[in-house]
Amino acid sequence: MMQARNFPIGDPILEVRNISLSFGGVKAITNTSFNVLRHEIRAIIGPNGAGKSSLLNCINGIYKPQEGTITLKNEVLDKISPNIVARKGISRTFQNLALFKRMSVLDNVLVGRQLHMSANFLQVAFQTPQARREERENRERCEEIVEFLEIAHIRDTPVGRLPYGLQKKVELGRALATEAEILLLDEPMAGMNVEEKREMCRFILKVNDEFGTTMVLIEHDMGVVMDISDNVVVLDYGKVIGDGPPDEVRSDQAVIDAYLGVAHD
Amino acid sequence: MNAKTVFMGYTRSDLANLVVALLVALVVIPTVVQTDYWYSSILIPWLCLSLAAIGQQIVMGYTGQLALGAAGFMAAGAFACFNLILRVPYLPFPVALALSGLIAAAFGILFGLPSLRVRGIYLMVATLASQFFIIWMIDKFGWFKNYDTSGIITAQDILIFGKPFTSPFEMYLVVVVVVTVLTILAINMTRGSTGRNWMAVRDMDIAAESMGISLLRTKLQAFAISAFFCGVAGALFAFTYLKSLEPVAFDIKLSFKILFMVILGGLGTINGAFIGAAFILLFPVVLNSIGNNLFHGAIDATIISATEQVVFGALIIIFMIYEPLGMAKLWYNIKQSVRSRFAPRSELPRQRAT
Repeated sequence: MMQARNFPIGDPILEVRNISLSFGGVKAITNTSFNVLRHEIRAIIGPNGAGKSSLLNCINGIYKPQEGTITLKNEVLDKISPNIVARKGISRTFQNLALFKRMSVLDNVLVGRQLHMSANFLQVAFQTPQARREERENRERCEEIVEFLEIAHIRDTPVGRLPYGLQKKVELGRALATEAEILLLDEPMAGMNVEEKREMCRFILKVNDEFGTTMVLIEHDMGVVMDISDNVVVLDYGKVIGDGPPDEVRSDQAVIDAYLGVAHD
Repeated sequence: MNAKTVFMGYTRSDLANLVVALLVALVVIPTVVQTDYWYSSILIPWLCLSLAAIGQQIVMGYTGQLALGAAGFMAAGAFACFNLILRVPYLPFPVALALSGLIAAAFGILFGLPSLRVRGIYLMVATLASQFFIIWMIDKFGWFKNYDTSGIITAQDILIFGKPFTSPFEMYLVVVVVVTVLTILAINMTRGSTGRNWMAVRDMDIAAESMGISLLRTKLQAFAISAFFCGVAGALFAFTYLKSLEPVAFDIKLSFKILFMVILGGLGTINGAFIGAAFILLFPVVLNSIGNNLFHGAIDATIISATEQVVFGALIIIFMIYEPLGMAKLWYNIKQSVRSRFAPRSELPRQRAT
């Protein structure tokens, strides 16, 4: 991270302002604000139930916060559905894997290209030259992505049959295929072994470096968070208790008390 | 998918399948089959119901929306075709057929609306409305039946550019052409981006939405296209098989039959629609002839026919336990085992590492 970056960190691209979300009487997020800067890797950490995933779901449009605004590139995302948010350039992965289980790896990644395909069903049905060209070009693009993620050898396997670690990669591939400006990664490394985690980190850093994609990721492994993130937001009981570069957050007393704890040595 | 495409995105085996199917349909069958019975009682209804089953596949097998009301859309298509030919002079049959499909598609969109709110078994109950509403509407308003009081209306002759297609064989040709064209269109859609959208919605709707797919558009599109196929199938069914138009022919029983065709044939496959239709349609005929030939005279005819139904039901249960993915999967397994027996070792599909 020391050398100059291809895409230096810029202005805020995503601004979360005073978001509150509750389910009936349960408050998931209370008055939360933070900014995500262009081209940065932003980690969201916090204990289980702190509201991290709910926060991503708000940004993504799956949940609609009762209060507050989310602003993407100076445009307020107000009461809109996930498919419109996707159109505006935010893609994501899910905590418990939300893959299309009966479809092949390549088809899963191809669904991520949907926003780049404009042929309607009649053009597809009659296989017009435009539909065929579009299909071919997007297929090539997806082949590149599966090559990049080193999952080309399983491209035709239905994802439901793959082991967990590979499914995680497919999901990342699908999110990458959208070429979104912002990727929301909900625990991309959960359930992985050290080696798989290292590989996943490599992919995330490489994507960030090569395409300048802004990343917002939820992660529990503090080692990973400290290694790859530029800034960290700490949530506890739906509130922001820390926000800043990893080193700063790590030494913050409130964060240590709530989440990190003290080493026993 | 990985196999090399030869022509317009089709692989060599796709084209081979098409050529074989057309040869069988247009050369082998016409030379072998000489009796009208085979055309008018087996081949024509089989192809018509296969087309309806493709419609059911699109909405249920590909988009994962449990809809039950295919026969309602078939009725809409059949009566639309009747009225179009009756009221629009010089309308060629293919145009009337396409328009009937579009009218059925409009009903499909209307009755697909509940899918935006409810899912699963509740959606099935909601879509039943289409079945009952369409039949009720046709019965209630005399205009649809041209104020015919007898209850059964004879279908008009099929005229294509002045040439009548009235013999069973000629009708069979019409059905083969329509079914072939629509099947190819369905295959194109299911393999292309349209089908991927459907399947994405089926497998994980929230993820599909997060990838920019509009659930509203995708679901209604599937309902519309499904109803289009059912509508065309219904019109063909009425004009070439029943040769009459009566709402009773499109009752809930037919909807269930089409549902079983799709489930038995294999959800999410096009060939499953044809296999399932053949099974549901032909198996009772086979059982019937076995029953009559084996026990002729020995057992009362009513007992034989009741036993047939029991055997048929038992077979469905056994089959679903043995191969829950349907007959298309069974067919695929048979093909694979034949291939592995005859193909040289190097041409076997590589065991994929996971």
